[in-house]
Amino acid sequence: MPYRLGVDVGGTFTDLLLIEENTGETWRNKVPSTPHDPSIAVINGTKSICEKANISATDIQQFLHGTTVATNAVLEGKGAKTGLVVTKGYRQILQVARSLVPGGLAAWITWPKPAPLAALECTVEIDERLSADGDIITPINEQQTRSALERLKLENIEALTICLMNSYVNGLHEIKVAEIAREIFPNIPVSISHEILPEMQEYERALTTVANSLVRPVMAKYISNLRLKLRELGMKGRINLLRSDGGLIGSEKAEITPVNLLMSGPAGGVTGALWVAENTNIKNILTLDVGGTSTDVALIEKGEPLLRRETSVGHLTVRASSLDVKTVGAGGGSIAHVPELTGALRVGPESAGAVPGPACYSKGGKLPTVTDAHVVLGNLPESLLGGSFHLDQEAAKEAIKTIADALNVTIEEAAQGIIHIANENMYGALRLVSVQQGYDPRDFALMGFGGAGSLHSNAVGKLMGSYPVIVPVSPGVLCAVGDATTQMRYEHARSFNRTISKTDNKEITHLLHEMREVVMTDLEEEGIPREKQTIKFEAGVRYRGQGFEVDIPLNDQNFKDDTGLDILKADFDKEHNRLFTFNLDVEHEIVNLRAVAIAQGAKMPAIVIPKGDGNPDQAILRKHTMWIEGQSLPAAIYDRSKLESGDKIPGPCVIVEMDSTAVILPDHIGTVDRCGNILINPTL
Amino acid sequence: MTAQIILNNNTPFQQVDVDTITLDIIENALRNAREEMDATLFRTAMSPGIREQGDAFPLIAEREGKMIVGQFGSFIDGFLKAYNGTIEEGDVFWLSDPYACDGAVSHNNDWLIIRPIFKNGRLVSWASMFGHQTDIGGKVPGSMPTDATSVFEEGIRIPPVKLYKKDILQEDLLNLVLHQVRMPEWCRADLYAIIASCRVAEKRILEICDRFGENEYISATDYLLARNKRAMGHLINNAVGEEKVYFEDFVCDDGRGFGPYKLKCTMWREGEKVILDFNGTDPQAAGSINFYLNENMLKMFFGIYMIMVFDPQVLINDGFYDLVDVRIPKGSLLKPNFPAALSCRTHALGRIFDLLGALLGKKQPEFMCAAGFSSSPHLMFSGTDKKTGEWFQLFQIGFGGIPGRPFGDGADGHSLWPGFTNVPNEFLERYFPMRITHYTSLADSGGAGFYRGGNGILMTYEFLNSGVISIHDDRWYTHPWGVNGGEPGARSRKILRRKDGSKTVLPAKCDGVEVFTGDQLDYITWGGGGWGNPLERDSELIALEVKQGLVTAAGAFENYGVKVENDYSVNQKETQMRRVEMAKNRPEGIFNFGPDMQSLRENCLSDTGLEAPTPPRWS
Repeated sequence: MPYRLGVDVGGTFTDLLLIEENTGETWRNKVPSTPHDPSIAVINGTKSICEKANISATDIQQFLHGTTVATNAVLEGKGAKTGLVVTKGYRQILQVARSLVPGGLAAWITWPKPAPLAALECTVEIDERLSADGDIITPINEQQTRSALERLKLENIEALTICLMNSYVNGLHEIKVAEIAREIFPNIPVSISHEILPEMQEYERALTTVANSLVRPVMAKYISNLRLKLRELGMKGRINLLRSDGGLIGSEKAEITPVNLLMSGPAGGVTGALWVAENTNIKNILTLDVGGTSTDVALIEKGEPLLRRETSVGHLTVRASSLDVKTVGAGGGSIAHVPELTGALRVGPESAGAVPGPACYSKGGKLPTVTDAHVVLGNLPESLLGGSFHLDQEAAKEAIKTIADALNVTIEEAAQGIIHIANENMYGALRLVSVQQGYDPRDFALMGFGGAGSLHSNAVGKLMGSYPVIVPVSPGVLCAVGDATTQMRYEHARSFNRTISKTDNKEITHLLHEMREVVMTDLEEEGIPREKQTIKFEAGVRYRGQGFEVDIPLNDQNFKDDTGLDILKADFDKEHNRLFTFNLDVEHEIVNLRAVAIAQGAKMPAIVIPKGDGNPDQAILRKHTMWIEGQSLPAAIYDRSKLESGDKIPGPCVIVEMDSTAVILPDHIGTVDRCGNILINPTL
Repeated sequence: MTAQIILNNNTPFQQVDVDTITLDIIENALRNAREEMDATLFRTAMSPGIREQGDAFPLIAEREGKMIVGQFGSFIDGFLKAYNGTIEEGDVFWLSDPYACDGAVSHNNDWLIIRPIFKNGRLVSWASMFGHQTDIGGKVPGSMPTDATSVFEEGIRIPPVKLYKKDILQEDLLNLVLHQVRMPEWCRADLYAIIASCRVAEKRILEICDRFGENEYISATDYLLARNKRAMGHLINNAVGEEKVYFEDFVCDDGRGFGPYKLKCTMWREGEKVILDFNGTDPQAAGSINFYLNENMLKMFFGIYMIMVFDPQVLINDGFYDLVDVRIPKGSLLKPNFPAALSCRTHALGRIFDLLGALLGKKQPEFMCAAGFSSSPHLMFSGTDKKTGEWFQLFQIGFGGIPGRPFGDGADGHSLWPGFTNVPNEFLERYFPMRITHYTSLADSGGAGFYRGGNGILMTYEFLNSGVISIHDDRWYTHPWGVNGGEPGARSRKILRRKDGSKTVLPAKCDGVEVFTGDQLDYITWGGGGWGNPLERDSELIALEVKQGLVTAAGAFENYGVKVENDYSVNQKETQMRRVEMAKNRPEGIFNFGPDMQSLRENCLSDTGLEAPTPPRWS
């Protein structure tokens, strides 16, 4: 019987989800992460989940993996020491950057001067130059190139990056330099800018390619090590990793272009939400993934997540496609405080993290956190993780009292205030992916997951008018669900940079055909036959003179029919007006073209749970009291595993399961669907 | 003369209680709205000046026009004072004449859009934004003639007019204006982009009113202003003394051969109020460097500097305005009489920030930054493309050294203006007939110090088409000063290298310089001043910076007393000797301006390649 294993490595826990592909039967496992070598937890978890399911590792046909190894290398500054080769005159390309000082007026007074991602002493210039059209102005001076690279050798670099001016038009010089570099540095990886990002803008291209170099050794080591250990276990199936854009990539290719995996972890949450979305038949979803220190949010429209042409990790933003996941520093561990000067209540971005943790965890934390506020309000019953983890209510109250005193309110009011602000921060992040992009959140459902997502989702959904609020099955391991259920996907982009009058339908047809071949071949190499591939095209379009493009889907048949360009113009005008409320009588410029190939793998079925009589009383654990909007209300605590499909659960209540807790507010009712997802709607 | 606001609903708003948490939510929501304004603008605007470089400023104000979120303080107040007409639901105001809005914008290039926001017939808020247009007509491309003597030479002047009435675009008006400019396509797109941004803000404000209630929103904005006033009052009391302190700095020249011009400000506190008095500032210039300074804008600059220096956690708005009294003598460089030319006011505007930093630091010098990159130098390049026959026109803002700061080194080649970025050189090369052969920060140009001033930038343009260039720059004559023992930064310079090998030093402010294919321009901006004693800077760090090309070996020895060997190691013995020697002649005082005025004048030609400016005379 075929099995798939999804594995998500988080900061605290490594989550695993095993699926039997034909029946959809699943097994979950959560093991402590091993940050010094994350593969240990992966292997331990894999062994124990195989035991649970009573299978052997040889039965796993696909291993699908989302990882934060690259993310953490960037966040913790533990990337490789990277050399950079640039065109003469551009040594300080990363030092000067875009000259931007983030923040408002006078922000430069406190802004820490950042060190470039590739150190200046590891950056060398070579004598060569291409024009903006890609013509050779100055041929490569080979002797000078060699001596520059020899000099770089003294710096003991661990990875090398090549980024030359205008190479996005003509990669010839970069390829030549790479050849020389491989002679001089036979044992370190070389990343070439026009291969990683064939796009205009030298700084962004250099930075993105350097970022690739930065994480390449650590990722290559991690991935090859993991592969080796899995093979030792007897796992013969395909090993794939989740990219930041929600697609899959074979483990060998991932080692070469790890810049595409910087947001691999959060992407799993979005793809997990997509899978749940299919089972609930809800196509428009906002996701709310609440962890200990931060919250990730994303938007899914008509079953498609929003893609960005950038990836941001901490302060680093590179040009690699990623699911449009926004992160805010608001999570269960976010610390509440009241600055003396303004007397305002602030929550985060400082976090108590896993250590010392919230006060109620009894691990030494004393500062008031969002989790403590939940405990005070009764949203979190005394024990977590199925009873193995006790929460100290008195410690929570004591911590929240410091806020209550500073604001001169009751402890409950202070706790409610903290939750309100945390919700507002999450709401702010959700606005960035919805309203700021022209979407009305009232047209979307909201799905909360992660350890604390379902504690906040009802309240945030109420703020946004986003219904139903979905409490998915396995909210605590949804990222692993995403990893396990994702399809293989490849993308290929080309710069075009010409107005529509300077091209024709025939040229575009030809280009799309070429690009289709590239992505289809890529997928074929991953073992997906052509007849099992879906191809999509997209163009980045703008009015000539604008700096940012809007992505418009293309149908290649239209170009064969000679109507493609006209339709593209009309589609762009419509989209521009929707986003920005106006159109211009200016020529349209096609900035780039993209082809995407997606494997049409068999969809993973979801388990159907037993049907009940609509009454959830069989799942009541005990009566309970919750403090909501200024009053103490009678409530109940439910055991999620005992809920049946069709059950209608009235708010206010708390629903507990192994790895997550959900809250339903007053005047709301949760309905259990056939797969066990809970859909919360207002009762009115 | 005041504006008349027409309301369809005269029910007064009720003052209601708003709890702290709701207040914070509304403040955050308004901040989000402002960020959406920026995002909309950058995604739709066309001119590189606005889009790539970010020369545009958003604002959301409460019903009386006081800024709740934004950057430069409220422009509404100046408009309301000077506009003599009706304000109705569905209006969009458009203006650019500084004299017609009390300096709400300060040169004709800045097009300002103001949108009053009504809800159920009552005025609840304002959204506004201005952006610098690449060209607004007039006698030179870019519309900022360095030799202008009146505002009539500086492109089209737009008094406050209704671009939309009842939300209907007055197309004739727009067409009339766009007919006057060299780049109508950019102007139209940028203007629409600004309007779209204001509409985004309006939508959000109406949503907030729906969510919390109109009375709640109005009361919340009042509380937010009061909250800021409280926090700022506390800061002012601690940071500003009752004894008078003053500082003066200079704009090097007026583009017509006269200079330098003095800007002077005296600061003291009377009770809870701080007074900023510009008495002693030179009279207005004949040329276009005058800066029509709006008092409220200065209050905002002052407020933001206060919080950035002393407590960056405070969220700024207009609430503290009553605590600041700004006095600017009429007829001075900072309050010129109509119709004085204004277009090149960027240098005086920038220098105000050096002035404010110095004043605020006088009481606590350890919190003070050195003089920074206090201007935004421009390069204009225009002509007719020989291949396509099309007109091209570039307006580009340059960057330089962030000064040494109490918190660390200044960044090299960065912007002191919020949100400004450079234009990618590959973009320049694709869309303009030029090649950028060097783009680097210039070693040793940052002032030496315990914390080094950021280096200025060397950008070399090779022109691939004939055309005409203009340059607007400053600090070529006076130095960006150092503080607390730090040295001044290097001055700016511009060198035109002709294809035939000849070299010309170009004036800091010039128009109409013809360039031809193959000519090269070295555009060198100035460095930031240093902070603290350079002899105490870690010698190993200096050696590393020599290796990195940020400091030369000669500069390390000369300015820091550190002998760096060819292998980038520190020669400890020579370093120690040199540092001991240098310590004997350390300059005294908080500020280090470099050579005095007389030396600057005497050595001008030999140091800069340019004649010293003639001291200005006034009848």
